[in-house]
Amino acid sequence: MPAPPTTLNPTDPPPPADDPWGGQSRASAVAEVVAPVLLALCGLVTVLTTLGILLVLTVQSVQFFLKAQVGVGDFLLGAVLKPEASPPKFGILPLAWGTFLVAFGASCIALPIGLMSAIYLSEYAPRAVRAVLKPALELLAGVPTIVYGYLALLLVTPVLKAVLEPLGFRVDQFNALSACIVVGVMIVPLVSSLSEDVLSAVPLGLREAAYGLGATKFEVSTRVVLPAGLSGVAASFILAVSRAVGETMAVVLAAGTMPQITANPLTSVETMTTYIVQVVGGEASYGSAKYLSLFAVGLALFAITLTLNILSNLVLRRYREVYQ
Amino acid sequence: MSATLATPPAATPAAAPDEPALQARGLRVWYGQSLALKDIDLDIPRHRITALIGPSGCGKSTLLRCFNRMNDLIADARMEGDVRFDGESIAGPKVDAVSLRRRIGMVFQKPNPFPKSIYNNIAWGARINGYRGDMDELVERSLRRAALWDEVKDKIHRSGLDLSGGQQQRLCIARTLAVEPEVILMDEPCSALDPISTARVEDLMDDLKDDYTIVIVTHNMQQARRVSNMTACLMPDVDAVGGHRTGVLVEFSPTDLLFTNPKDPRTEAYITGRIG
Repeated sequence: MPAPPTTLNPTDPPPPADDPWGGQSRASAVAEVVAPVLLALCGLVTVLTTLGILLVLTVQSVQFFLKAQVGVGDFLLGAVLKPEASPPKFGILPLAWGTFLVAFGASCIALPIGLMSAIYLSEYAPRAVRAVLKPALELLAGVPTIVYGYLALLLVTPVLKAVLEPLGFRVDQFNALSACIVVGVMIVPLVSSLSEDVLSAVPLGLREAAYGLGATKFEVSTRVVLPAGLSGVAASFILAVSRAVGETMAVVLAAGTMPQITANPLTSVETMTTYIVQVVGGEASYGSAKYLSLFAVGLALFAITLTLNILSNLVLRRYREVYQ
Repeated sequence: MSATLATPPAATPAAAPDEPALQARGLRVWYGQSLALKDIDLDIPRHRITALIGPSGCGKSTLLRCFNRMNDLIADARMEGDVRFDGESIAGPKVDAVSLRRRIGMVFQKPNPFPKSIYNNIAWGARINGYRGDMDELVERSLRRAALWDEVKDKIHRSGLDLSGGQQQRLCIARTLAVEPEVILMDEPCSALDPISTARVEDLMDDLKDDYTIVIVTHNMQQARRVSNMTACLMPDVDAVGGHRTGVLVEFSPTDLLFTNPKDPRTEAYITGRIG
């Protein structure tokens, strides 16, 4: 018996019950309509969250500027942060400096180590070594950040003291260098894991082409694979730097909360995030200028990371090597 | 067997013209536990085009990649027997595969230009090999030799990936020529190209054979007939128990002879379309 024609006209009588092709439920038509709406709503969550964050930060920041009688210029460029003084001073330059110092120091440690381990894993490591090392590195990323804070307090700072104090340097119990080191170690896996994924994805054909011309392994790794994966490597750098800028708990325990502009990494500094923690955890009353200041600091932090991302995208679009 | 290829190619004495450029003797290649090529004896003549034909899985590409030690890049590949280049052994761990590959260039199945400018695609290989001459001149000469110069001379600093597939493949050939190899290995260089681009690459090969020894792997028997002087036909020897395929060389003759009067029944079956 030939298969009966599919019903195209809704007014046609329904196919007989014994029709072997009658099993397709029209519920799938409903799914065709509902699914895209549902999926779009899920996608909207991220957009709405971002907008919500921006809205809350902006509204509260405006209230702060009204309440504290601080100009935006004084806020951003003021070198003194003394919310308790009278009149209170809300210059966030010390916080920006502390943030920069910790992020810069951490990057100096994490970017080279992360990139080199990525190149090793992708180009040099025998399969067996890679199978052990890559998960081990990724495990580091799963350690709660407060544990890194303990590491700073109980290991890194004592070691720094033991090494540097005999040489005549004064090392504070809370110091920026210790924060740089632990945050640096913390973000190594971010760089190495993401970069390794990108480098491994560079087509084998490019490597073969380079080897075929008489290139050594080092030349292939650094002059073909790395440039071809540069955009992804740079993206991993940016993520790592953003993470260092935003890191809080480890920095509180390692660097303390002393807002000052200093070039000496052996003393305590305060970053934007640790200031926020300090204010929230302190006795600032709800609605006071000090309380509201944390939203303004948050907004500045948001602006910094956003600028970083936009800048990096511009640089990348210009310099990356695109492969097929 | 002395340490080979220690001296730069310019210092090696010119080999006798009738001596084969490449020789394989009792060559076997293993991938892990499985034998991919068995007992290959083959002499590749100098300044001729030699085609390697045969059905899929017969080991043509594996054989080609023995000549520039490209199989070294595959973790569990192993080579037994001897391969000689200009009479010197290039098998064994003592051989410097890196400098060997400069002298034996390779063009791949899929055009694989670097994601760099046309200029730097050519200059890259020369730079890493320590070329100190006039780079602009080398780039132009290589592109002219690969019959690509007229098409790209106005956009030499644009990405090599902006070119068409056929142009990309000629760019890859130019890139290979720029390091001045003696042998060019081509692994199905036209299989990703349209007929017009294929014809241009074939013309180019014909033009290059006076100066270079060329070995080409091809699936296309018409191409082997058109371009090559010698043809080697390989066949997979299927293991009756495990069904595993091991490549063997069944016939190696002048191309005209192989296609008109094959000596081996397996060659005849393949070229008449009954196998593969």
